[in-house]
Amino acid sequence: MATKESSPGKGHKGETRRDFLQLTAAAFGAVGVGSVVWPFVDSLNPSKDTLALASTEVDLSPVQVGQSITAMWRGKPVFIRHRTPKEIQEAADVNVAELRDKQSDSERVQKPEWLILVGICTHLGCVPAGQKSTDPRGDYDGWFCPCHGSHYDSSGRIRKGPAPKNLAVPEYEFVSDTMVKIG
Amino acid sequence: MDNMKHAIRFFLVILALSPAMAYAAGDAPHAPEQDWSFSGPFGTYDKASLQRGLLVYRQVCAVCHSMKHLFYRDLEALGYDEGQIKAIAAEYTVTDGPDDEGEMFERPARPSDKFKSPFANEKQAKAANNGALPPDLSLITKARHGGADYVHAILTGYEEAPEHVELLPGQNYNKYMPGHIIAMASPLMDDQIAYEDGSPQTVDQYAKDVAHFLTWAADPYMEDRKRTGIKVILFLLAFAAVMYAVKRKTWADQH
Amino acid sequence: MASGKRESFDNPVVEWIDSRLPLFTLMNKEYGVFPVPKNFNYFWNFGAIASFMLITMIVTGIILAMQYTANIHMAFDSVERIMRDVNFGWLIRYIHMNGASFFFIAVYIHIFRGMFYGSYKAPREILWILGVIIFLLMMATAFIGYVLPWGQMSYWGATVITNLFSAFPIIGEPIVTWLWGGFSVDNPTLNRFFALHYLLPFIIFAVVFLHVWALHVCGSNNPLGIEPQDKKDTLPFHPYYTMKDSFGLLVFLILFCAFVFFMPDALGHPDNYIPANPLVTPAHIVPEWYFLPFYAILRAITFDTNLVMLGGFGLMFMPFFWNVLAMLVKQFAKMDLPRFKAMTPKAPFLIGGLVVAGAGFALSGLIPLLTDVTIIEAKLGGVLAMFGAIVLWIFMPWLDSHPVRSAMFRPVFKTLFLILVVDFIFLGYVGSQPADAMLVGLPLSIFGLIATAYYFAFFVVVLPILSVTEQGKPLPKSIHDAVLSQHKAAKAAKK
Repeated sequence: MATKESSPGKGHKGETRRDFLQLTAAAFGAVGVGSVVWPFVDSLNPSKDTLALASTEVDLSPVQVGQSITAMWRGKPVFIRHRTPKEIQEAADVNVAELRDKQSDSERVQKPEWLILVGICTHLGCVPAGQKSTDPRGDYDGWFCPCHGSHYDSSGRIRKGPAPKNLAVPEYEFVSDTMVKIG
Repeated sequence: MDNMKHAIRFFLVILALSPAMAYAAGDAPHAPEQDWSFSGPFGTYDKASLQRGLLVYRQVCAVCHSMKHLFYRDLEALGYDEGQIKAIAAEYTVTDGPDDEGEMFERPARPSDKFKSPFANEKQAKAANNGALPPDLSLITKARHGGADYVHAILTGYEEAPEHVELLPGQNYNKYMPGHIIAMASPLMDDQIAYEDGSPQTVDQYAKDVAHFLTWAADPYMEDRKRTGIKVILFLLAFAAVMYAVKRKTWADQH
Repeated sequence: MASGKRESFDNPVVEWIDSRLPLFTLMNKEYGVFPVPKNFNYFWNFGAIASFMLITMIVTGIILAMQYTANIHMAFDSVERIMRDVNFGWLIRYIHMNGASFFFIAVYIHIFRGMFYGSYKAPREILWILGVIIFLLMMATAFIGYVLPWGQMSYWGATVITNLFSAFPIIGEPIVTWLWGGFSVDNPTLNRFFALHYLLPFIIFAVVFLHVWALHVCGSNNPLGIEPQDKKDTLPFHPYYTMKDSFGLLVFLILFCAFVFFMPDALGHPDNYIPANPLVTPAHIVPEWYFLPFYAILRAITFDTNLVMLGGFGLMFMPFFWNVLAMLVKQFAKMDLPRFKAMTPKAPFLIGGLVVAGAGFALSGLIPLLTDVTIIEAKLGGVLAMFGAIVLWIFMPWLDSHPVRSAMFRPVFKTLFLILVVDFIFLGYVGSQPADAMLVGLPLSIFGLIATAYYFAFFVVVLPILSVTEQGKPLPKSIHDAVLSQHKAAKAAKK
């Protein structure tokens, strides 16, 4: 467009100045549009009230060995399992090299008896079964996702089925021996 | 004409397949089909059975199961008059308020109130039932494959667990439950509820009546819907016939 | 349009309006005397039927929106209130619910009709692409709409489908968080979905307008796939096709009403009558039936794609890429690249060789020893395949460069296309089944993979090869001739 309009004035002194002004105007326009669009786009990101619920504290004292509880954190279920020595042993005995998502059990826990995981299948976001004693726990004594049949072991690692990754370990720290802060 | 036949055939194949696809889900043992007065395009509810079903719900199910989408006023459809509905509602106490002092208070329920729920909230319901939540029954026949057949099958499907099945405390064996393990204990037994109209006081009859009632609760406009449907389809058939004649006439000079 | 020739009308009011804004002239030109091929069959009704369904959905949707509450604590109950307390609420909601299914039925028939009769070919490429865009918008609208009642399938369907975007590396997670407005599907998600579900139908309406505009520029295709030459080949749209469309629509409505009034929940899923619960996943998440074939394609890709396989797939696409490149070069550089078509009779061998080589590579990639370099993870592969399955339609005009449009004169295409339709319906069945289902003693997922392979092979392999190799049957001289000889044959048969 610019070249067409400026063609009658070709060779005149004003040409470069006009081009420069037009480019500057276009740059202003681009910056203006960009600055106006960003607030609209960002308004769809998590708001302050959503972000405020970013961490949660859970009391572990009532959870017996072999039991699991589910805590809510950022709208997601967090699985906390008080693992039995057998489960800990099973998780540690796995040959890491054979895993799809290669992680040793020790990388996934701070205290071996407490396994803390985001309870969302890494395939397509279902909640795997295995929290209740009556739930199917899959072939590896961990969790079984009923949606598309992913099996997780007693360290929450993917062993069989379509999920690409191990169950995520959220950020957490032990505030005291029986209190854990997630997030 | 040949093309039209093709079109219709293609269409019917698609139609026939689609519900099959939607329903192909579910691995539950098949609930035996019962003979319901409401099945089929001309089906209607049996008011006597609905009233008996309400009785079963109120005396047995309502101990644990809510029906929070229903109002006492809805019972008009079961054949009760205003006075009877008021009397039924008044048997329940609901919380209202706050009053002028800012306090919540109790009062007898009115027809405009929702069915009173047995528990204040889901947590309380779970705590009272070994951690298992008794589902709300307002929509249960729509929310389960098999609908009324499923409800009847569950209520009559309790058995001794086979030897290979180990039941934990609080678990029961039911041949029609997907996975066979159910938290609810068998709720019905013969002669548990007194029927005034001389209907048999058996588990089977109780289960049929309450399934009938729950079907109405989930789909209160079924009779209206089917009645309207017949009129609409007849109208459309006639309209289509006329339209076909018009189309033939229009195209006559082209054939 | 305004500067075009205007007719005069006898009615003074019409004339007064038309002389100021020539609406009546326009309507008469586009829907009155508009010339249409005289040989349409009933498959050509489905465009009008789809338009009718769009209007039905918009009208019922607006009325429902006046009663619905987009809040996770109230949405489910507000829908039940519509079903129980709002006057005729049950009727309007059931029309809207089943209307979505019947809209898709009409549109699927419309699309496959277009494929069968080669309606995507020049000069109707833009018309065709606009149609694919409408279909994509419809899928988005239907998916979002299914979330609104906030039942279990609403919630889990939304979770599964929005999570698809997380398959994309790096940008995936932020995009999903942005879509949700939080860290899971939650109230902000429901709110924006409602806003979008209200907006999108009007965008669809606008694209439908462009679709019809494009149609009226190049005119309709027809079962013979040959262009009308003179007036003998066409009829005015009104009254011939207005009457035929009305009749077809009424027949369609009878079937629609049979569902609305007698089995309104047959096409839905019982789990959506259970309020959404983020802590309980339904045993078996299935999308609405009209998404099932694509859902099956998504689930068919359970393997990581490595470098060798990617190269193999790339080789199979070669004839297609070459066709597209040739088209672009011709358009913009005014230069002819040697086309595969021009290289007959060697071309079939060349393409065949490419395909065998490509397939060989792809299969050899399954042997883990050959290469372990994962380029596309299974999850991303599934997502790409699913979207690719629809996006491929956009390229049909260039995948299939055979000069004959209608499958009636292309027996090989016809057979392979009808197999595709069966394949597509079978994919729908696969999509409806649990992930670990079996069929005749084998895992269903294997059949799903084979059906997916045929689906893609049809578009990227079969179409380009047939473009070159298929010897079409002789075409009739004109539409008029063909119709006339058909009538003569019919009359002779009667005698």
